[in-house]
Amino acid sequence: MRTPLTLRILHSTPRAGWIALAVFAALTWIAVPVAHAVLPEAHPLHLSAYTVSLLGKILCYMVVAVAMDLIWGYAGILSLGHGLFFALGGYAFGMYLMRQIGRDGSYQSDLPDFMVFLDWKELPWYWAGSDSFLGTLLLVVAVPGLVAFVFGWFAFRSRIKGVYFSIITQALTYAAMLLFFRNETGFGGNNGFTDFKRILGYSITSPEMRATLFALSAALLMACLVLGRYLVTSRFGRVLAAIRDAESRVMFIGYNPLHYKLFMWTLSAVLCGLAGALYVPQVGIINPSEMSPANSIEIAVWVAVGGRGTLVGAVLGAGIVNLAKSWFTMSFPEYWPFFLGFLFIAVTLYLPDGVVGLWRRLRARTAPATPTVPAPQQSKPQAEARREMQPAAVPIESNRLPAAKGAEA
Amino acid sequence: MSTVTDVERAAMESEDQRENWSGNASTGHVVEPGALDLSHNVILYLEDITVSFDGFRALNRLSLAIDVGELRCIIGPNGAGKTTMMDVITGKTRPDSGRAFFGQTIDLTRLTEPQIAHAGIGRKFQKPTIFEQHTAFENLELAMKADKRVRRTLFAQLLDDDRDRIAEVLTQIRLDGEADRPAGLLSHGQKQWLEIGMLLMQEPKLLLLDEPVAGMTDDETERTAELFVSLAGKHSLVVVEHDMAFVEALGGKVTVLCEGSVLAEGDLAEVQEDARVIEVYLGR
Repeated sequence: MRTPLTLRILHSTPRAGWIALAVFAALTWIAVPVAHAVLPEAHPLHLSAYTVSLLGKILCYMVVAVAMDLIWGYAGILSLGHGLFFALGGYAFGMYLMRQIGRDGSYQSDLPDFMVFLDWKELPWYWAGSDSFLGTLLLVVAVPGLVAFVFGWFAFRSRIKGVYFSIITQALTYAAMLLFFRNETGFGGNNGFTDFKRILGYSITSPEMRATLFALSAALLMACLVLGRYLVTSRFGRVLAAIRDAESRVMFIGYNPLHYKLFMWTLSAVLCGLAGALYVPQVGIINPSEMSPANSIEIAVWVAVGGRGTLVGAVLGAGIVNLAKSWFTMSFPEYWPFFLGFLFIAVTLYLPDGVVGLWRRLRARTAPATPTVPAPQQSKPQAEARREMQPAAVPIESNRLPAAKGAEA
Repeated sequence: MSTVTDVERAAMESEDQRENWSGNASTGHVVEPGALDLSHNVILYLEDITVSFDGFRALNRLSLAIDVGELRCIIGPNGAGKTTMMDVITGKTRPDSGRAFFGQTIDLTRLTEPQIAHAGIGRKFQKPTIFEQHTAFENLELAMKADKRVRRTLFAQLLDDDRDRIAEVLTQIRLDGEADRPAGLLSHGQKQWLEIGMLLMQEPKLLLLDEPVAGMTDDETERTAELFVSLAGKHSLVVVEHDMAFVEALGGKVTVLCEGSVLAEGDLAEVQEDARVIEVYLGR
């Protein structure tokens, strides 16, 4: 009996997961928008524009973390250049936002201000179509996807792995940053894009727009989680994890690892691009510093803190680190880099499975009767037994590789 | 599954292959593109294969033919080129010169590892390589003969037939009680068996087994020999092994490799009396 795909997607996320998603949806689609856009400012439950933008920004980071986890946690490929795909999505949408400014810029020209400043007379060819919203959505997906596909094709075909791959991704994002810093590149140089006014003609600073962008970010995150859960519990996900653990064996049983890695890699980049496109209108600026290597490394830190190979861990990690960051940068701005470095070392040494791993260990201690390794369950109905065999949290066993090993794996 | 032949065909349909087939058409019988042609009763044919690594000749004009359904043992001292030979057959290493054919028509030197696996050659490594984080059941599921392209695997699901097939192989390799155990927690001998089971799931025509009983207990070794003997006929097997008792139990023809080429070939008893073989094994 074949089960329809929708049902299988439904089953791939456990019941508790759906309940959590429903609560999350209620909060992000109803509670936060109402608290921000409907309640008057004097109301004690009113959420300020600052808070909503901050939370919306973190939601976008969470999407990036999930994308990173899919490629790092489940396929064992550590990218230190995911910030590039995020920035590319952001720039693609930023171009549209620049065009939406229209003649309201300082120079009251049809061209974006920075082009007038450079004395350009017309839009460069690659800005064609940037005034169309649908065309922009296409670019948001296609640009990071294409860059990732071409880069991945060459890297995976040459069987570049482990730290070598990580270093090349780092170089890639650094090179892109230098390119975008140049005024001649046509993306606003080191100032990037800012001073956005409208999306689809509606003011970008209105509470309604802010609430909508926030709700869309939440929707994207939920969609990523459901899609991610389906992927990692499907046979595709098992092949991917098998490539991570014993690539040559995968080849000799007839799978082509190149296609598997490339698919996951490109999908991961596209998700980052979408997150970037939602991020830019919420923070109101995009510039080449988003492509700096440090940003990409931070993405890896989020995932490591939350717990590699668990989608919910990636979400938690991005949330915890970014909330800590916004508190630190307000209270002790000069200490943030030290704290981040300390956090990464501490997690690598003491929490190889991140926050989720810690939670599991604590729970195992309170209920010592539960064995870490599932005993043979022949008597269980097959459907149920199968579900337990899914690498739900992939390989979080006690004999698990330490976090640092992900770089080599 | 008809889709599988499609994959195999797609895998083979390169321009080079087409030329080969048209060349063969003149010999008189109809050859289906991509299908294994066993009309001459030979499943594997190596001719004058030479492989050098930095000047060292791992294989030196090696020629070897394996018949359909045969169980062949390959023995030889360390560095004789046994593993390199397996690498050439499975596409991991390209020979500097020489020809390697699977059946009459499939040129192994032109295919990639996954294409060769689809064509029907399964390989067991010297060190058991299984997916340690996956359960025994999942290991077999992944190895199962199926359409292994991304777009199919994304939507693949286990049907009842598949479960039955996996259960059957689990019984055959005596792991039916361990289906849900992560493979990394199995004993060494069980891992060896699991890898053999993965080969069986692929339903290969030719099995290459590199030291399959290394690290097994005597009892396990004996049962492995029984399993292989029962497989011969339906499959063709090439076994590389040092354990002479095991080779004797298998009872097939023996090929002795030395310094990258064939030194002697025949029954174990014959080979053991060969003066050159004795010299190689006992030193000069």
